[in-house]
Amino acid sequence: MKIMGLEAYKGVYVYAQQVDNELSGIAFELLGKAKDLAKDLDTDVTAVLIGSGVKGLADQLAEYGADKVIVVDDPELKEYRTEPYTHALASVINEYKPEIMLVGATAIGRDLGPRVSARVKTGLTADCTVLEIGDFPLNPVPGKEDEQKHNQLLMTRPAFGGNTIATIACPDNRPQMATVRPGVMQKIDPIKGAKANIVEYNPGFTPDDKYVEILNIVKAVKETEDIMEAKILVSGGRGVGSAENFQMLKDLAAVLGGTVSCSRAVVENGWLPQDLQVGQTGKTVRPNVYFAIGISGAIQHVAGMEEADIIVAINKDEDAPIFDVADYGVVGDLNKIVPALTEALKAEMAE
Amino acid sequence: MKIVVCIKQVPDTKGGVKFNPDGTLDRGAMLTIMNPDDKAGLEAALRLKEQYGAEVTVLTMGLPKADEVLREAMAMGADKGILVTDRVLGGADTWATSTTIAGAIRNLEYDLIITGRQAIDGDTAQVGPQISEHLNIPVISYAQDIKIDGDYVIVQRQYEDRYHEVKAKMPCLITALSELNDPRYMTPGGIFDAYDKEVTVWGRPDLKDVDDSDLGLKGSPTKIAKASDKVKKGAGEKVVPDTAEDAVAYIVGKMKEKHVI
Amino acid sequence: MDFSLDKKHEMARTLFKEFAENEVKPLAQEVDETEKFPRGTVEKMQKIGFMGIPIPKEYGGQGCDPLTYIMCVEELSKVCGTTGVIVSAHTSLCCDPIMTYGSEEQKQKYLAPLAKGEKLGAFALTEPGAGTDAQGCQTKAVLDGEEWVLNGSKCFITNGKEADIYIVIAVTDVKVDARGRKKKSFSAFIVEKDTPGFSFGTKEKKMGIRGSATYELIFEDCRIPKDNLLGPMGKGFPIAMHTLDGGRIGIAAQALGIAEGALDATIAYTKERKQFGRSIAAQQNTQFQLADMAAKVEAAQMLVYKAAMAKATQKVYSVEAAKAKLFAAEVAMDVTTRCVQLFGGYGYIREYDVERMMRDAKITEIYEGTSEVQRMVISGALLK
Repeated sequence: MKIMGLEAYKGVYVYAQQVDNELSGIAFELLGKAKDLAKDLDTDVTAVLIGSGVKGLADQLAEYGADKVIVVDDPELKEYRTEPYTHALASVINEYKPEIMLVGATAIGRDLGPRVSARVKTGLTADCTVLEIGDFPLNPVPGKEDEQKHNQLLMTRPAFGGNTIATIACPDNRPQMATVRPGVMQKIDPIKGAKANIVEYNPGFTPDDKYVEILNIVKAVKETEDIMEAKILVSGGRGVGSAENFQMLKDLAAVLGGTVSCSRAVVENGWLPQDLQVGQTGKTVRPNVYFAIGISGAIQHVAGMEEADIIVAINKDEDAPIFDVADYGVVGDLNKIVPALTEALKAEMAE
Repeated sequence: MKIVVCIKQVPDTKGGVKFNPDGTLDRGAMLTIMNPDDKAGLEAALRLKEQYGAEVTVLTMGLPKADEVLREAMAMGADKGILVTDRVLGGADTWATSTTIAGAIRNLEYDLIITGRQAIDGDTAQVGPQISEHLNIPVISYAQDIKIDGDYVIVQRQYEDRYHEVKAKMPCLITALSELNDPRYMTPGGIFDAYDKEVTVWGRPDLKDVDDSDLGLKGSPTKIAKASDKVKKGAGEKVVPDTAEDAVAYIVGKMKEKHVI
Repeated sequence: MDFSLDKKHEMARTLFKEFAENEVKPLAQEVDETEKFPRGTVEKMQKIGFMGIPIPKEYGGQGCDPLTYIMCVEELSKVCGTTGVIVSAHTSLCCDPIMTYGSEEQKQKYLAPLAKGEKLGAFALTEPGAGTDAQGCQTKAVLDGEEWVLNGSKCFITNGKEADIYIVIAVTDVKVDARGRKKKSFSAFIVEKDTPGFSFGTKEKKMGIRGSATYELIFEDCRIPKDNLLGPMGKGFPIAMHTLDGGRIGIAAQALGIAEGALDATIAYTKERKQFGRSIAAQQNTQFQLADMAAKVEAAQMLVYKAAMAKATQKVYSVEAAKAKLFAAEVAMDVTTRCVQLFGGYGYIREYDVERMMRDAKITEIYEGTSEVQRMVISGALLK
């Protein structure tokens, strides 16, 4: 599958996800990365903003690095639905021909991205954690040096439950599309008062059977804190033993001004809600300190927390794989250590 | 009602991952399982069959060995199995895979297509939505509850902080999460029956409205530049304190040293 | 001769293993500790057809062969000997004789709900005064009009009180031969749990398989319909013996599973446990012990599977069953004892499964015919 005229595709685009007319954190993270890529390619950064009554958000995107904002504003776009959003983004791509299109690997982006890529006939690399500009193939094939392509988007992503990493290119199709894991890319410090070139574009929306009907929207009552924002995470696993025992971890987190998170086993046992889950099927976190308490350290979990600056592990099994990534590993009974640690830290803080 | 469930045979990463001496994954040494999200999708289809009456066809694309997951699905209660296998389909990325599966599904009558959200080997979550695009039907990803209402399907579509109750006209494609349900076990008699039945095997010529240039490795827009094992973060210190007090003193000491407190 | 299993049986094993690991293993310690019959597990097994594996579909079963059923008992017993024997006693000792000797009406009425797992089954032969010597049985059945009247008691009955349907062997005639010796003749009966006059005595406190319910059955003018006679009148003894031949393959599979479970646990443990700076698996004693055990376990598996195949293809399989049970039971006892030894002090405490497995193994040398009885059966055939 090859498309001719790849040179016509220019610029780094990001899908600026908004929910309830509020920009999602991932939009800013993508802009931060897009700015790096655009610099390497000597091009500019465009944010694609899709919704109903969203134009006012454009300035915020400018502050986080967008040179240009394409706004698709239509009443059909009030809530996220796959078809009208796909139509909007695919139309923008066909009209403006970006070289790179980045989408967040969120519950929206992981639906929108593949549908758009299929519609515009290009490749899509999922859940990327590293994006850079380079050559494909990485090293020229002897005798075919002139076939090596330069200025390609190299997209690196974990696969196999985090056991392997692969770097992927999309040399013959445009745009080069990637969905990017939230929490991995760094947003820039906002530039106050920055302005972008705002372009309004409406491809026209004609509802058909693919425009599904939203009967009801049920928002989860947010009882839990966002673990991706936390500086200190006190995370528990199966070894904690019960929902009640998590009180010990909550007490420890409270003393440190941190937040409680957990492994998948804890969610499966119904001890804590899913939005507190760290790991491959949960969230990627990079706090300053991560306490792994009673967590064995399955690779799927480690994939979500190994970027933490300091990892402290407490586990009674001295062969637990968590100790392979922990900076400070303590072999012992969490039921004794955690409450004592809480008391000791309380005393330290009081000083 | 006719339901097509797309399933994939994947290496079981739960029981640990095996590596070759050169550090690459030893896929041959790893057991294979039905992808968990797909199994949840199959369970959802079997429940719809029990509730509303339906014929459930399972479809997989893979090596001839993938026959096993079809038999497993049939032993759980699926009515028919279709294996799409052909040398020319090898090396497909999600685009080429979804093109292939869509080409196979065009031969079938269906009201509902259910796929798992993502496979544990690739984790892309792309094939389901891409199939729906190729077939030009609505998709509802991340389903956490599925009901049928006449010609419509009503699904709770999960997002990070909410769900939408969505109504779509069938035919429609739904992607299922492993959290959707607890899939049933096979039954011993179901296993015997599954092996007594025929599995339909389709190759390249059986794919409908598909160009050769869109299949397999050469039909895949994404190309692997490099694949390697993840570089593990090195282990730090590990201590085995005699008492909880010693453990606490150690941790507090480190927290002070690193200016956490 | 092909020793590999076909794909059906491989997949069936995967199923049994998965169920055993997910549903049975987590409860095994608790079942042993509390001596509670695992009713929840039985209900789960009912749903997925484990209670009627070798019974034809038209009678509510799964329509599989004896080997599949034997593999189920084996895999369950790898993680919990109690669960293994519940399935074995139910299938071999209650479903099987009704399938073999029952009338069409009896099959519809009793076998179908048993095979579907809606009802649980048991078998009652042993009495306080009659173990190996079944001729010592005292429980009597007397025909009174349209009903049989049962009097007497049975002991050590597996699935006792928990079961809904019991196969009961009772004396129906006593003849005196020319030399003045009394010769009893027996018949088999199907007795339902809530029949008036049928009650349960003490629950036995056992060394092993502690979650299995072992009860005394008491019959006091217990009246059952005339039609509940199973098989021909006076044929109770051969029916019981033939039933036990099948049962022995089930117990052999239980013994095999216990041995395999203990060996698996021990292999894992010896790789982890360090003494003198290296894992105990690095010691030659450990290696040789493991090698001996692996060879014996596989030999036991061959005998057990051979007996299961004999049950599928032969009318009489007493000797195959006796050899399988004799060997597998002694292997189970030997292997679990050695495993406990390799675990050292940890093998003797209840936190580790091998302690339970060693206690569970012992019964396999005793029930459904002691090892001595198996030797009698085997040598009897040799010297015929």
